[in-house]
Amino acid sequence: MTTRIDTKFASLKAEGRPALVTYFMGGDPDYATSLAIMKALPGAGSDVIELGMAFSDPMADGPAIQLAGQRALKAGQSLVRTLDLARDFRKEDDTTPIVLMGYYNPIYIYGVERFLVDAKAAGVDGLIVVDLPPEMDDELCIPAMAAGLNFIRLATPTTDAKRLPAVLHNTSGFVYYVSMNGITGSAIADTTKIEAAVRRIKQHTDLPICVGFGVKTAEHARVIGQYADGVVVGTAIVNQIALSLDAENRATADTVQSVATMVRGLATGVRAARLAAAE
Amino acid sequence: MKTTGMQQPGVYDVDQPTQPNSYRTGPDEQGMFGIYGGRFVAETLMPLILELEAEWEKAKSDPAFKAELENLNTHYTGRPSPLYFAERLTEHLGGAKVYFKRDELNHTGSHKINNCLGQILLAKRMGKTRIIAETGAGQHGVASATVAARFGFPCEVYMGATDVERQAPNVFRMKLLGAKVNPVTAGHGTLKDAMNEALRDWVTNVDDTYYLIGTAAGPHPYPEMVREFQSVIGRETREQMLATEGRLPDMLVAAVGGGSNAIGLFHPFLDDPTVRMVGVEAGGKGLDGEEHCASLTSGSPGVLHGNRTYLLQDGDGQIKEGHSISAGLDYPGIGPEHSWLKDSGRVEYVPILDTEALEAFQLLTRIEGIIPALEPSHALAEVIKRAPKMGKDQIIVMNLCGRGDKDIFTVGKILGVEL
Ligand SMILES: Cc1ncc(COP(=O)(O)O)c(C=O)c1O
Repeated sequence: MTTRIDTKFASLKAEGRPALVTYFMGGDPDYATSLAIMKALPGAGSDVIELGMAFSDPMADGPAIQLAGQRALKAGQSLVRTLDLARDFRKEDDTTPIVLMGYYNPIYIYGVERFLVDAKAAGVDGLIVVDLPPEMDDELCIPAMAAGLNFIRLATPTTDAKRLPAVLHNTSGFVYYVSMNGITGSAIADTTKIEAAVRRIKQHTDLPICVGFGVKTAEHARVIGQYADGVVVGTAIVNQIALSLDAENRATADTVQSVATMVRGLATGVRAARLAAAE
Repeated sequence: MKTTGMQQPGVYDVDQPTQPNSYRTGPDEQGMFGIYGGRFVAETLMPLILELEAEWEKAKSDPAFKAELENLNTHYTGRPSPLYFAERLTEHLGGAKVYFKRDELNHTGSHKINNCLGQILLAKRMGKTRIIAETGAGQHGVASATVAARFGFPCEVYMGATDVERQAPNVFRMKLLGAKVNPVTAGHGTLKDAMNEALRDWVTNVDDTYYLIGTAAGPHPYPEMVREFQSVIGRETREQMLATEGRLPDMLVAAVGGGSNAIGLFHPFLDDPTVRMVGVEAGGKGLDGEEHCASLTSGSPGVLHGNRTYLLQDGDGQIKEGHSISAGLDYPGIGPEHSWLKDSGRVEYVPILDTEALEAFQLLTRIEGIIPALEPSHALAEVIKRAPKMGKDQIIVMNLCGRGDKDIFTVGKILGVEL
């Protein structure tokens, strides 16, 4: 099975640059704005889209993404509506990979089998489910692989050499290396440690490795992109959306544009990464 | 009697009987009680809970660990707690004899200390240097701060902002004990939000921090571990009842928030078919609305805080906030073993309203001279309903798991008394 994720990373490899992976919360601040943001991302330089599935209790997320989820839920977002976002996006874009990211309970309540069928049909390519470690693979990971979706696992600084094979086993699409022990939105960790970790993981897998948590600027993207196959930016984008809203948390004329501008800036980072390394 | 879903009976607990159809063999190696329980945590935490499980496995069969814990239980907590025959209440209700297991007399005023002592010894064994905890009523926060002081650990307690307000005396106690109390404003500012925030702290401070969970919930091995530390309640009750009455009780009643005092009382009796068990949930303002915390009676299975269990949630899998007059029961989930016991039919779970708990609180205060916490006041309200319908030769044991000092401000406010 080859997904859009596999195809995208293969072509970026040929191009010789890392991927820019962008996260935003589906339905934040409302469905229409969120869809407009999503549609603007590829043109602004995003290679892979991480579409956040809102959850009431996001235990691994910092305040920015917590608030984004609350805004989305308040505006009526649900897992059904998040799949709608993917479907609507696919009407115009059949190549940019979409990865759903979130927590297990909404999927469990939706029903795993039905969810996998609907997600695939909506044009989703992969899943990142924060609270499903390898020990819980029977829940969703294995059925997802059977349904033709990538199950992208998180490796963290606490994933030691003994555990790494278990984490890599059944992982597909790419490996998401969490740059620090902590929640989303924290400050970036020591990049030399990140580099060492990425190189260590590379010895055990041929899958692309994307680094996320704490990546906020084009400069971060450039530095990490020198050794990683992709960088993930989430909180910075979510914060930009929040900043653009009015006092009642409604979208303004500036919302979509300001996100696109930020992503264009980040895109210069990934495009400069290997140039700098080659010099 | 029938049990389902349990694999490999007896692998975990050497002390436990291996009789067929036992209700006491869970969890299995994956930490499951049937379909409930498990380890639904972020990868960052996975190595930590595996390390904890390994240490717990060692400690469980280490006589030195057991001896140290027993010594602390006796001389620090004041165990065994008395099994008290509530004569006047029994007379008043006119039916079954009512006994109270008086864990409210424990040092710090509730059953929470039983678990905290066990876990702090584990933290020490593991070489951890910092303790974090979540708390609702503040009883677990106080117990955590207490054992942290006793063993010289810095301690931070996460507590919902609503609870900080309604359990003010406990907040001050924690501060006196040297703990830092971090109010959590997310959601309704109750136990669920405090637990989210404690998990965020843990994921950030993995190297030095021990997360002291206060109830029989969370990822494996917490539900089993907390149950084992709280089972001292049921083991003592069994001995004391046999000594006093020469037989086992007919019914056990306990309040369920996360379920630790209840599982502690119930577990040693699960394989005694003549002993009926009733877990009492917070019915809040009634089950027809949203303002209650009766996850077993009106929730459905879902995944939150590291385990699969009954939850209050909407059709999209979003967790509801719930409500209870009692901060300790104000939680939209429940320990996974209770979910399994409910499905298996072994334990009955019923809701009690805020107003019923408040009446029971006042009745006990006046008739027995005991001010109960609002949590066990729920259990008491159920006893008040059941005892009159039972014969005078029958026996109920209720877990009086906390004292009401912390609740006088809440109760005063409702009764219109300015304190
Ligand atoms: C006195 C008392 N009883 C009961 C509870 C509920 O917890 P659990 O169900 O784990 O016993 C609490 C929790 O704070 C409590 O303080």
